[in-house]
Amino acid sequence: MSGEATAFSLASTGVGSRLLRYKFWLAAAALLIVLPHVPGLDGSFGRSLLSQMGIAAVFALSYNLLLGHTGLLSFGHAVYFGLGGYVAIHFMKLLNAGLPVPIAVVPLVGGLGGLFFALLFGSVTTKKGGTIFALITLGIGELVYAASFLLHGFFGGEEGITANRVRALPLFGLRFGPQIQVYYLIAFWAFVAAALLYAFTRTPVGRMCNAVRDNPERAEFVGYNPRYVRLVAFVVAGFFAGVAGGLHAINYEIVAADAVGMLRSGTALIMAYIGGIGHFIGPVLGAVVITWLQVNLSDYTHAWLLYLGLFFMAIILFAPGGLAGLIMMHAPIVRTRAFPRVLAGYAVALVPAIVAAVGASILIEMSYQLATHPELGTKIRLYWMDLDAATPWSWAGGAVLFAAGAVLFRLSWPFVARGWQRATAELKQSAGGVQ
Amino acid sequence: MSAGAMPNRADACALSLRDVHKAFGRTEIIRGVTLDVARGERHAIIGPNGAGKSTLFNLITGRIPVSRGSIVLNGREITGTPPFGINRLGLSRSFQITNIFPRMTVFENIRCAVLWSLGYRYCFWRNVDRLRDANELAEKTLEEIRMTDRRDAPAGVLTYAEQRALEIGITIASGADVILLDEPTAGMSRHETEAAVELIRDVSRGRTLVMVEHDMSVVFNLADRISVLVYGQVIATETPDRIRENEAVRTAYLGTH
Repeated sequence: MSGEATAFSLASTGVGSRLLRYKFWLAAAALLIVLPHVPGLDGSFGRSLLSQMGIAAVFALSYNLLLGHTGLLSFGHAVYFGLGGYVAIHFMKLLNAGLPVPIAVVPLVGGLGGLFFALLFGSVTTKKGGTIFALITLGIGELVYAASFLLHGFFGGEEGITANRVRALPLFGLRFGPQIQVYYLIAFWAFVAAALLYAFTRTPVGRMCNAVRDNPERAEFVGYNPRYVRLVAFVVAGFFAGVAGGLHAINYEIVAADAVGMLRSGTALIMAYIGGIGHFIGPVLGAVVITWLQVNLSDYTHAWLLYLGLFFMAIILFAPGGLAGLIMMHAPIVRTRAFPRVLAGYAVALVPAIVAAVGASILIEMSYQLATHPELGTKIRLYWMDLDAATPWSWAGGAVLFAAGAVLFRLSWPFVARGWQRATAELKQSAGGVQ
Repeated sequence: MSAGAMPNRADACALSLRDVHKAFGRTEIIRGVTLDVARGERHAIIGPNGAGKSTLFNLITGRIPVSRGSIVLNGREITGTPPFGINRLGLSRSFQITNIFPRMTVFENIRCAVLWSLGYRYCFWRNVDRLRDANELAEKTLEEIRMTDRRDAPAGVLTYAEQRALEIGITIASGADVILLDEPTAGMSRHETEAAVELIRDVSRGRTLVMVEHDMSVVFNLADRISVLVYGQVIATETPDRIRENEAVRTAYLGTH
């Protein structure tokens, strides 16, 4: 997190960067408008994928207000997503019953629901930071999940609550039946939510969130009660989680117990971390990548959660700054003459990495089929290979590919390091030249 | 010192401790400290290791609760007030172990320290970069601690001496009129210490300063009065010259050098 001096780091001022910032927002808006018409994404599958990404992005951004900006590790953020979603779906039922309000305001209602419950639970959870906070959020997450099966009227039990997004007051003639209209509604709210969250990080209390993250005691000795700073962050995060829950209610027309569940809370954490909690847009990248994996990988393999877990571990171990951190790390060296050498190093390392991944996936897929679907037999077709988990050869082949790939991958690191050394030396030289 | 003169005396006092005790379990660390610090005075607290100097600071600033006794700041009882409450009443402190916001820039460290006193509190509807008074005050404080050229460096990468200076900057930025510095020159080279003494002399002008310090040259250089704390009790409060001559102080403390 330290040393970042880009438009999206937690610092930086000045006219130039301000212009750059607006440029970014304009580009983001244009991208959101164009995306559902890009070939490949212009079908109903693509548009529904984009819609899911938008919802996930708002959720992950709201989560990172806690984790990245305030240093609060929550294991129960889905509580505010889900409860916001339930409030939203009940509100949609009112619209179905004839309340003359357009469906487009439902996310706001979801947000208010999230805000209400964040205020309620947050007044307890934010008393302390650190481990105590994490454990209490875990407890409240379990509590609300259990309650969702007990309080049938509000949660609707196993079936959840359903409503119809079309039977409401039209907005400019739009009824939000087709996915493309829903997408634009989600894109609009995602854009607004991101802009507001970004603005929040630049307010006095937003900066004090950073201060409380860095050093709660010092914050106390400059006049701030860290508890209230945490509570403000928690309530704002709860509001935007509720907005995401409201978008979820509109998109699926159903909210069920999984909306408040631990798995969804974990997903927010994984998205924020993989995207990079040190950069404002990190969680958006994480939301896009993880949603894409969730939707696509699950078609190919039952073991996709395991792959997701491995990916998560790899990021934590080798790129703790997440995807955004990786990108920002390369920003200064892109223009150096040594940059092609860095890329060449990556290319060299990529080959054994792929070999190792293929080997690992052979072992994983065979194990998974034997353990979870024994009725399918021992034969598997993977990539271009016909494997048979009953023969030792398939196992040996997988193991050899994995081991050889891993060793060669490790041996390829010096190539990457050499490229980097040259690039950084070049940077230092040019910096010296300026002086 | 008649009873009738007492209110006047309290008025002249920026900080006043009355029979302050602190026990951890059965061990009494502070054993009845009574101390008056006059407004505008530079007051040093010295004493051997384990005398309870840092504990006394922690009691004054509300970091740990007082067992018995009372502490009055600018005529207001602050015993039992939480640290942020005491800070809002105009008392600010630095720490023995550097206590800054490491992932924020130097400028932002300082700016965080001015927000509350300028009345921005938990404001979430204004852009902090456009708060003219906060930014100007932060820049001014940066100049005061001579760190303008390090403005945009993350505080965590500063040298030790720079971090100590930043710590003083955070302490004075809020405009508190009583500042407590806990060993501001500990761990510094001779050269760095000299710079720090100049800095402290500058920033304490017009303020009341209470400092704990081990370096005797710093203490005798800066302080108007010195209190000697030995085993949780103040055995003398005098001007530097008199402290040098004080027999009890020599035996208890200076003589050991």
